[in-house]
Amino acid sequence: MAHDINDTYEPIDQDLHTEPMILQMGPSHPATHGTVRFTLTLDGEKVLKCETEVGYLHRGFEKECEASTWTQVFPYTDRLNYVSPLLNNFGYALAVEKLLGIQVPERCDWIRTIMGEISRLSDHWTSVGAGALELGAMTAFLYAIEARELVWDLTEQVTGARMTVSYGRIGGLKDDLTPDFAANWKHVRERLLEVHATTHKLLTRNRIFVDRMQGTGVLTREMGISYGYTGPVLRSTGVDYDVRKDHPYFKYGEIDFEVPVGSTGDNYDRYLVRMDEIVQSVRIIDQCLERIQPGPVNSDDPRVMLPDKQKVYNTIEGMISHFKIVFEGIQVPPGEIYSYTEAGNGELGFYIVSNGTGKPWKIHVRSPSLIMMGGVHKLFEGSMLADIIPTFDTINMIGGECDK
Amino acid sequence: MVEVLITVIKIVAIVFVFAMGVASLMTLLGDRKQSAKIQNRVGPNQAKFFGFSLGGIPHFIADGIKMILKENTMPNGANKWLHTLAPALIFFPALVGWAVIPFMDHYCTGSVRTLADYTEVCIDGEWKNYFSIMHSDAGLLFAFAIAAVSVYGAAIAGWASNNKFSLLGGLRSSAQMISYEVSMGLSLAGVLMIYGTLNLNEMVRAQGYLFGGWLPMWGIVVQPLAFFLFFLAGLAETKRAPFDLPEDESVIVAGYITEYSSMKFAIMQLSEYVATVFIAALIAILFLGGWQVPFLYADGIRFLGNHWQPFAENPDLWYYFTIMLRIGAMVLKVLFLVWLQFMMRWTLPRFRYDQVMTLGWKILLPLSIANLFITALILTIL
Amino acid sequence: MAKKLINFVQNKFADEVLDSHSRLGNDTVIIKRERLAEIVEALRDEATTKMDFLRTITAVDYMQRLPRFEVVYVLYSMTHKHMLTLRVVLEESDLRLASLHKLYGTAGWQEREVWDMYGVRFDGHPDLRRVLLYEEFEGHPLRKDYAKQASQPRVELLARERDSVEEFNVYVKDRPATGSRNG
Repeated sequence: MAHDINDTYEPIDQDLHTEPMILQMGPSHPATHGTVRFTLTLDGEKVLKCETEVGYLHRGFEKECEASTWTQVFPYTDRLNYVSPLLNNFGYALAVEKLLGIQVPERCDWIRTIMGEISRLSDHWTSVGAGALELGAMTAFLYAIEARELVWDLTEQVTGARMTVSYGRIGGLKDDLTPDFAANWKHVRERLLEVHATTHKLLTRNRIFVDRMQGTGVLTREMGISYGYTGPVLRSTGVDYDVRKDHPYFKYGEIDFEVPVGSTGDNYDRYLVRMDEIVQSVRIIDQCLERIQPGPVNSDDPRVMLPDKQKVYNTIEGMISHFKIVFEGIQVPPGEIYSYTEAGNGELGFYIVSNGTGKPWKIHVRSPSLIMMGGVHKLFEGSMLADIIPTFDTINMIGGECDK
Repeated sequence: MVEVLITVIKIVAIVFVFAMGVASLMTLLGDRKQSAKIQNRVGPNQAKFFGFSLGGIPHFIADGIKMILKENTMPNGANKWLHTLAPALIFFPALVGWAVIPFMDHYCTGSVRTLADYTEVCIDGEWKNYFSIMHSDAGLLFAFAIAAVSVYGAAIAGWASNNKFSLLGGLRSSAQMISYEVSMGLSLAGVLMIYGTLNLNEMVRAQGYLFGGWLPMWGIVVQPLAFFLFFLAGLAETKRAPFDLPEDESVIVAGYITEYSSMKFAIMQLSEYVATVFIAALIAILFLGGWQVPFLYADGIRFLGNHWQPFAENPDLWYYFTIMLRIGAMVLKVLFLVWLQFMMRWTLPRFRYDQVMTLGWKILLPLSIANLFITALILTIL
Repeated sequence: MAKKLINFVQNKFADEVLDSHSRLGNDTVIIKRERLAEIVEALRDEATTKMDFLRTITAVDYMQRLPRFEVVYVLYSMTHKHMLTLRVVLEESDLRLASLHKLYGTAGWQEREVWDMYGVRFDGHPDLRRVLLYEEFEGHPLRKDYAKQASQPRVELLARERDSVEEFNVYVKDRPATGSRNG
């Protein structure tokens, strides 16, 4: 990994003493949002070597989880991939529910699918918008942000917060959907698809945009699989791997949607894959809202669910049950599991070890962003300095997820 | 003495009121309100002048005051003399170039008559230069020479800041500006051949010729290809989007402007806008007929061989009316082109460095040379 | 299909396997550390298994059990879509494992993370440094004997800017992998 760069650099003209320049594209730089640091060795504008350094946002997620109860972990999962917090919430809830061996009611699965796709919309719009902004198309960025605002309005109505939602619970959700959710979704959906069409018109056939994005940051299939890439980045290389289709969870097995797959693995394909996934997410939400039926949202397993407030205040069993669940945490039987879902950036995995108490013994997050940053130096080396920008943007590394 | 006073008034009016005024207004209206309109938002409207928000114009004054009051930083290890010199080197050419831009034809102290080939002669009087600061027979050459000096400013700013990002910005900007100056000059050679003069005012006069009695021979009509080439090259020369990679915010932070703050920064930003207005003025003069209003002449309206003379009993009134209209036409054309450049900035992404070089050397340059050959051929045939 | 992978490992490397189970749908094999690289390579190259995707590497600190540590590898196959969890048992006194960076590119950073958090050394890794924490950090935080509120000594962060290629090469090559108080 740290090979001698003098091997790759050969002086062209023996009389001219030139040497490569080292540039710190450091943590505080407009393009390295999410704070990463690239130490680039440049020959003019060509990148000879790139050394990535992450961890500027490391907050000790895994250690904190070991000191909290199972339910207290949810706010921490919000702050992993903070542009799509619901996907993290639900991924974690799914893992613990598997360990517990409980089933959530059907309506909860439908709502989890819907809210998960809404979060995915937010993630993809952020990636497309930021990519356009850093290439100079500021207008496209603001259109994408408008779309994201609409999505966040919906999220706020249902969960109460725009970004750090803490909406999932083990065995269910915090709350049901609002009664006017379907009507609001209709409005949002129209405007969203309009903005989508406008962004397509502004960017997709724009000669300058295509020149910047096509042929840059090329990821091959083998490199993608070897370096652990997943999600839209891997699908842009032609590998048809999507956890929602291959190992369905929640209600993904019952609804009809397509997974866009690219072919060349360059930035343009990644951009197109994300734009297509936006349309597919809208499709999924439409189908779910048609098929969802009223019903209970939380499981009724007393080991997991807080009892009714009436019972808590009026019966001793209710009060004890409430007390024990809140203070000691849900008693998850001992065991370990690796559970994975499709987050906005790829496969988000939770490897959870439980020792039978109310606090997790270990939670490991397989965060797609950290793994992608491990291989990103391969995408930069050999290309120009200005190609780093679209590549880094379409990879969509989110700092909270990368640094845990 | 009177001459000096007139010159001073001209300088104040053209350079300070018009050029700097439009440039500063453009920072507000173009950069903020126009972009806000395109991007579906409102733009700044909070700075109020005695309770009136005036479309956001007080923001510009607020900005100016803020810029002056900021701390003037000097990066550690920077070359102090060069660091301070660079903004001046960028600002100076942007302003001095205005010396040759004519806003209106020379003023005739007698009366004006238009000949059959649409040239105007001054009878019983002489031409006085009231509407451009300098009457120069090499106006175009002067404008180009001055624009070339601004390359120094960007390069020195990049070097003197002791910052690798600034250095990259300075290198990019000098390479880009030098490359596109060639295409700029060559694309104008065709215009030069057709009008036969370097004097900008004479060039605009020559654009008054009505071909077949109805088509004004504006530069864009006789040299459409040169118009596009010059427009693109001019955009690249002033480092406007999509050629703004020397200030490529996402890659090299702010390019050569990174280490500047307070008034020096304000000067560099302002000079970029003044240069934008300058290029717009040059395009207006060379290709869009400058101060010419189609079919309008100092002694009446001519169209298809007909000649109407409103205010026939008072030719002076008509003459003053013509002067107002012509100055207004010039101002409108400049504003339109500035607006166009801002629209391009807010819609298009920016190029990559090697794409800029490819465009300049492999596409624009051959096209300008081809344009030159074809123009020469057509001129010899006709 | 559930037992196919476990059977494969047990047939080929019978004396490395300590235990195996399929609880909760996760096929898991617990193995000894000596021939880890061979086992993973066999799993990757064999046509019936083709585990070409390394999902994650992590470690678990079972504080009150001996052996104390386990390093967990989760492997997956893009073609067959099956998953296997390998748990390698390690003693605290001998926290070394073979590095898999030649088999999977992603192992480079994942092993660095395990070194960073648990102090497990990977032999043959070209660049074993901390990835999420800063170089001057002392200790391995995810171990159970590292208190969550432990404070770090104030250090002068080393001058990291290297302006010439020679200095930078020296910095990267000879950098000792700093970290654990225990060595």
